[in-house]
Amino acid sequence: MALVAFVVVALLAVGSALGLVLRRNPIHGALFLVVNLGSIAVFYLMLGAEFLAAAQIIVYAGAIMVLFVFAIMVLIPGKEETGPDPRRTLRLWALPIGAVLFGLIAAWLVVPRATPPAATEAGPGGVEAIGRLLFGDYLFAFELTSVLLLAAMVGVLLLARRRA
Amino acid sequence: MVPESYYLILSALLFAIGVVGVIVRRNPLVIFMSIELMLNAVNLSFVAFGHRLGSHEGQVIVFFVMAVAAAEVAVGLAIIVAIFRLRRRLSVDDLNLMKW
Repeated sequence: MALVAFVVVALLAVGSALGLVLRRNPIHGALFLVVNLGSIAVFYLMLGAEFLAAAQIIVYAGAIMVLFVFAIMVLIPGKEETGPDPRRTLRLWALPIGAVLFGLIAAWLVVPRATPPAATEAGPGGVEAIGRLLFGDYLFAFELTSVLLLAAMVGVLLLARRRA
Repeated sequence: MVPESYYLILSALLFAIGVVGVIVRRNPLVIFMSIELMLNAVNLSFVAFGHRLGSHEGQVIVFFVMAVAAAEVAVGLAIIVAIFRLRRRLSVDDLNLMKW
């Protein structure tokens, strides 16, 4: 049962990723990416990461994609990729490169290796454990993240300012 | 129960699709979205590994990746908008000012 659900959502994820890469209209690509992010949130749920599933929907499918759609609307693209591609032969190298990359990673994954250290079953409802880690071992990184977000905010304001 | 290796294979596939997108597309916005795809593929493998090891640290790292990705998207989109104001066109092939 779980395997069937996995296969269905995996097909959805791969299909929407291909849609993002193959559709010419960037707004279609953005909507495909929303589907992809949503299916990855489903995978998080299947792996017992409820907090991340919620954060994925809110931060990625919500905030980040709104930013993307907004930028696409502002920049009125859609006409840029219609002309003949002057570097077509170079770009076609992407397909073998992607295939080789996937083959290499998959080959590395399927090679049997030493069993991982004894899997201690992670407790249910990982939110509490994540909170303890975030405000314990990773407190410094957590605070640095807030500094990073603040710096990004100031930088964006500076970049987006219309020059007089 | 789905074995974790399935998630890892899927994550590798999504990552490869993202790489192809970055190379193939000419619109910097779509290239950015492909980068998001790659980030998410890696996040999925983090969570899968954390699940295999019975540890929550993978999820904490994914949390940080999300925060950094949000900052990266905001700055990147601002740069793209600034370039568009300067050029009135949007194609990565035009952006060769820093080529020696």
